[in-house]
Amino acid sequence: MFYREAGQFRTTYEADGQILPIRQDRIALLATLAVAAVAVPFMASPYMLSAILIPFLIFALAALGLNILTGYAGQLSLGTAAFMAVGAFASWNFVARVPGMPMLLAFVLGGLCAALVGIAFGLPSLRIRGFYLAASTLATQFFVIWCLTKISWLTGGSASGVITAQRIEIMGYAFDTPQRKYVLVLLVVALMALLAKNLVRSNVGRSWMAVRDMDVAAEVIGIRLMRTKLLAFAVSSFYCGVAGALYAFAYLGTVEPEAYSLDLSFRILFMIIIGGVGSILGSFLGAAFIVLLPVFLNIAAHGLALPTSVASNLELMVFGALIIFFLIVEPHGLARLWQIGKEKLRLWPFPH
Amino acid sequence: MKLLQSIVLGAVLAGAIAPAFAQEQFVALPSYRVGPYASGGSGFYGGIIDYFSLVNAAGGINGVKVAWQECETEYNPSRGVECYERLKTQRGGATLVEPLSTSIAYGILDRIPQDKIPMTMLGYGRSDAANGKVFPYVFPLISSYWSQAAAMVKYLADKNGGSLKGKKIVHLYHDSAFGKEPLPVLEALAKQQGFELVKIPVAPPGSEQQAQWLQIRQARPDHVILWGWGVMNSVAIKTAQRNGFPREKILGVWWAGSEEDTVPSGDAAKGYTAMSFNTPGNYPVMDEIRAKLYKTGKGNLSDQARIGSVYHMRGVTAGILFVEAMRTAQEKFGKGKPVTGEQLRWGLEHLNIDAARQKAIGAANMFPTVKTSCEDHEGSGAVKVQQWDGKKWVAITPNWIVGDRALVKKLIDESSNRYAAEKNIKPACMP
Repeated sequence: MFYREAGQFRTTYEADGQILPIRQDRIALLATLAVAAVAVPFMASPYMLSAILIPFLIFALAALGLNILTGYAGQLSLGTAAFMAVGAFASWNFVARVPGMPMLLAFVLGGLCAALVGIAFGLPSLRIRGFYLAASTLATQFFVIWCLTKISWLTGGSASGVITAQRIEIMGYAFDTPQRKYVLVLLVVALMALLAKNLVRSNVGRSWMAVRDMDVAAEVIGIRLMRTKLLAFAVSSFYCGVAGALYAFAYLGTVEPEAYSLDLSFRILFMIIIGGVGSILGSFLGAAFIVLLPVFLNIAAHGLALPTSVASNLELMVFGALIIFFLIVEPHGLARLWQIGKEKLRLWPFPH
Repeated sequence: MKLLQSIVLGAVLAGAIAPAFAQEQFVALPSYRVGPYASGGSGFYGGIIDYFSLVNAAGGINGVKVAWQECETEYNPSRGVECYERLKTQRGGATLVEPLSTSIAYGILDRIPQDKIPMTMLGYGRSDAANGKVFPYVFPLISSYWSQAAAMVKYLADKNGGSLKGKKIVHLYHDSAFGKEPLPVLEALAKQQGFELVKIPVAPPGSEQQAQWLQIRQARPDHVILWGWGVMNSVAIKTAQRNGFPREKILGVWWAGSEEDTVPSGDAAKGYTAMSFNTPGNYPVMDEIRAKLYKTGKGNLSDQARIGSVYHMRGVTAGILFVEAMRTAQEKFGKGKPVTGEQLRWGLEHLNIDAARQKAIGAANMFPTVKTSCEDHEGSGAVKVQQWDGKKWVAITPNWIVGDRALVKKLIDESSNRYAAEKNIKPACMP
């Protein structure tokens, strides 16, 4: 009834090529963004902001990075957390060692360092693919963490290897409360999500998808495999690097190798599997699912007055069962469910 | 939907009842009872809760009951920060937090002074937090890693007739923040006392150590310090046996000195020594916990065989320290009403649990005398050495050992002042 495109005519190429062709979608997205940027910082409690929304946005950004590589370019990776670690440690080092380094520039430089590491560890993708590539990106995970624990220069000579992230200060304005941190993270993530959305709709994105679907055919039609694959690694690692820097500076407040364990790589992989492989929206839905569900289950178990040991095991069981359920019922993830819902809404109330 | 409704309803009800909790002293327990470190977490938090239950059963602290809430962290820093944020505003606000994890403690270190919630780090974490002028809200109570390392060297020196000159000591450590923490002290002492320090890291979690023990056998050290955690400990003990390395020469850190480390190693662990800040044995307070809680089904541990185990007793010790701090704070700020986080911070800074007080609690000589001040948030620094006799831990040093306090103090001041300079903190005692 409300969700119909009757009467919306597209008469120019620009109108036809916009990100959201249906007016209702555009309004909904703008409204969501407005609420997220204006209302949420005032309405949400500090707990909501600093423990739920900030990690949700940061994980969404990391999932976006992995989705570019795995979902769009078809290169499996298990090194996401390592790229995040490179971004975090590089940003920390830039701020600590270069006097007067602007924070945002440090994040960008951290992302660029991660992109360089991504390119280096993306090189095997030119020869191997699929599970073999996943195993070789696993090397990134171990190598980077090993480097960070071994080379004390990277951690500023700290005895324990754990360093405190500097205060985020941009042009004399300190981002030290949950509200301010949230707004900063939201801005960065929204901007980068928009960029990613446009990137995958462009020439580059189409060549990624061509490589993903069949790389031999892509090569035959003139796509340069090496450049395309390495670009996917670079862009993906850049996103992960920025996410890692935000994770350290805006969420944890510390920079340490153990926070970027293999476990985190897997969690981000689950996010894109559950959210939807090859979908920008899916990265956000998946991140929300993985961040919120354990918290929700934990609170529910507490509300039902279960003993803590039972509650935490129950949490693991429900979580595992839900993942299996989603994989069986909707292998394309939550984003696909949303898409189906939208299609049904467009036909409603007269389905055929 | 039903579930959601009942949760929303529950939350609303909890909000409505909240004022009724006003006579409670609320403690946040970001605990872990699943995952690779569950054995430590469940015993430790079980001990804290058992002691709180015991105090509440006796009417609380001057009538104020202790309230607590757990939140599962799985020892994961990210979940730990979420738990801390969730718990800190519950039931009118948390007044104390104990995460039992170095990474989680680091993650919330900057938040606690802002929230005015004191954090204890019982036997772990940042050793330099003992300087209360820089870390007013952090309390590495009883003994930090640096005090432990200094005491280890003192014990080994005593064992070798007072001097370690020309000896060789291997530091076999968990390659993480936890394993690297004692290095400044060990290095300084190696230079001072003239022994050779060989550092051998083990990649976490430490389930494979063949190469390391071959290296140790080649180095032929006089002693091996085992700075391990979780699964690493029993693997080390078993691998040492397989390589023919005598267990008597291995000295474990206190996180490598529990039943969970030795029982899985079987006979290989017999004769193995480890540090402790608790004296193993039985105490009136433990009997009371057995009689008043476990007999009536109110105990926290599901496995009754673990009552009085190393981790459980360490939790009871933590509970005693927390309750004593609450009592101390009430004496200053008014008896019979709960104290705020700031007031409890004062209580933690003015603890004085001497032998007489320990006896009154029913825990005589269970842990060293703890007397804190603004300059010394540790309050003791004394430790014991215990040995596994094949069935239980036995203390082999009748007296408490204290290492080179002056050296530790110097390192604490250097390191904490560096932190203060980085963070623009003006070191000062809080009133």
